[in-house]
Amino acid sequence: MKLSAEPARIERSAAAAVAARLAPRHLLAFGQWFVTFALCAFLVVPVVMSVLAGLTVNYFRGVSSGLTLRWLAQVWSQYHGSVLLSFEVAAATLAITLVTGVPAAYALARSKTRLARVVEELLVLPIALPGLASALALIVVYGGFTAFRMSIAFIVVGHVVFTLPFMVRAVAAVAASADLRTLEEGAASLGATFVQRFFSVVLPNLQPGIVAGALAVVTLSIGEFNLTWMLHTPETKTLPVGLADTYASLRIEVGSAYTILFFAMTMPLLVAMQRLGGQGEIMRGVDAAHRGKNQTE
Amino acid sequence: MHDITFPLRWRIVLIAPALAVFIAFWLLPMGVLVHVSANGHAFATYRALLTNARYMDSLVATVALSAAVTFATLVLSVISGLLLARREFPGKRALVALLTFPLAFPGVVVGFMVIMLAGRQGLIGALTQKLTGEKWVFAYSMAGLFLGYLYFSIPRVIVTVMASASKLDRSLEEAARSLGASSWQIMRDVILPGLAPGLVAAGAICFATAMGAFGTAFTLATDIDVLPMTIYTEFTLNANMITAAGLSVILGIVTWLVLALARSATGSAVAATA
Repeated sequence: MKLSAEPARIERSAAAAVAARLAPRHLLAFGQWFVTFALCAFLVVPVVMSVLAGLTVNYFRGVSSGLTLRWLAQVWSQYHGSVLLSFEVAAATLAITLVTGVPAAYALARSKTRLARVVEELLVLPIALPGLASALALIVVYGGFTAFRMSIAFIVVGHVVFTLPFMVRAVAAVAASADLRTLEEGAASLGATFVQRFFSVVLPNLQPGIVAGALAVVTLSIGEFNLTWMLHTPETKTLPVGLADTYASLRIEVGSAYTILFFAMTMPLLVAMQRLGGQGEIMRGVDAAHRGKNQTE
Repeated sequence: MHDITFPLRWRIVLIAPALAVFIAFWLLPMGVLVHVSANGHAFATYRALLTNARYMDSLVATVALSAAVTFATLVLSVISGLLLARREFPGKRALVALLTFPLAFPGVVVGFMVIMLAGRQGLIGALTQKLTGEKWVFAYSMAGLFLGYLYFSIPRVIVTVMASASKLDRSLEEAARSLGASSWQIMRDVILPGLAPGLVAAGAICFATAMGAFGTAFTLATDIDVLPMTIYTEFTLNANMITAAGLSVILGIVTWLVLALARSATGSAVAATA
């Protein structure tokens, strides 16, 4: 009895010693590592699974059924139109947000008036309120103009309204931190006109914000679904709309193959974001836009 | 203060295009939507919506789900965000990259990821069948939606937590420790209050996104009873524009109210971090 009880006691005291050593701080650190890796697995595992599924002959039987590019080829031949359409929409959205958003962001950042703050907060409203409402509103007002309703311009308009705040925020954040006023006064004292100053002093200084904003706009436009699903017609299916179609109707391998296509399209954008310095300007730009959304209220 | 290098005329010229786009394609349509939703007699129409048990159940479910997702996301992101912001270790950049790359996934893709995990042919189903003999499939329900919104929100919130954590003044924690505070006390009394403004801002976005999200629910199942799905069904299947418009307005107002509350709760603190 005594003998057999002994190891248990030693074990218990050893456990107590470990617990004492692990005491709150270590336990906390262990918990943090655990949660971090669990989150990482939660985010990454399904991506890996869907990539595998898209390359597998029969997902139900598993990878042992062999690997194939058949599904990718099938998806490409069936949906390459929607991929190209998504690029067109993204390009048009980017062009419009650049032309309208960059000057507005600069002007808003330079203005200290109350009116400028009100305009700034108004512009962020479309991302604070549900996209579904914005889409319904567009359909109510412009749905009757058939030519417009049926063209990709209808989708572009929705994307512009939704992405403009991201461009404005990203550029305004840079404009506010750069001392544009002093630079411009310098240029003005040397005789530069407003237009000259805008193109040779202001725009070059805003470049990091413009790049960050542009990446955000393109990424959001390519992935936009909430608005697009309501605004699209059978003739104007973008990539996420096609994705929803395949998920709903076709076998899991085809859905996965289409998802691979989506990853392949957005990956360069994501890498570019990461490259823009650690967590990247873009995150801060998007982050700022998001906070702005909160600020709106 | 008169700004000599930036005349008013130019300000108007520069802001006008963006404002025109905004007014023509958002403000005006929204105004019309509100008008349509009233259907001539606003009070009666909205009373009918607000006393409809099905719509209100769906609204309550949406708010509860969004609140639960926000809470879970904040807790998990703080735990992991603090680690990532404060420790240097090999492979950290790669880990951060992995945690943030789903940032660009649209709701539909997130829904598909949930199906991969918890769907009929999903990982969780396969694992639980091996371990317990019973297959767990919960992707096509509220639980699946919860998982999806968590997937969607975590990368966003972690980024914010990391940014706010790197701005914290560590000497405050040193002071607390030297005064004998335990790790938990430091967490509760020093770190969390420091992170609070960023957390409220990030939580508000998380909540607003979950309220309006539609893609994930759409991919998982069309019969999940959240308000965006109800609006979509009213609009497409029942062609009931007035109800769809009214419910969108209600969804917008509830979202707006929560954001306004979050903002006033932290007061100028949120504005300061923006």
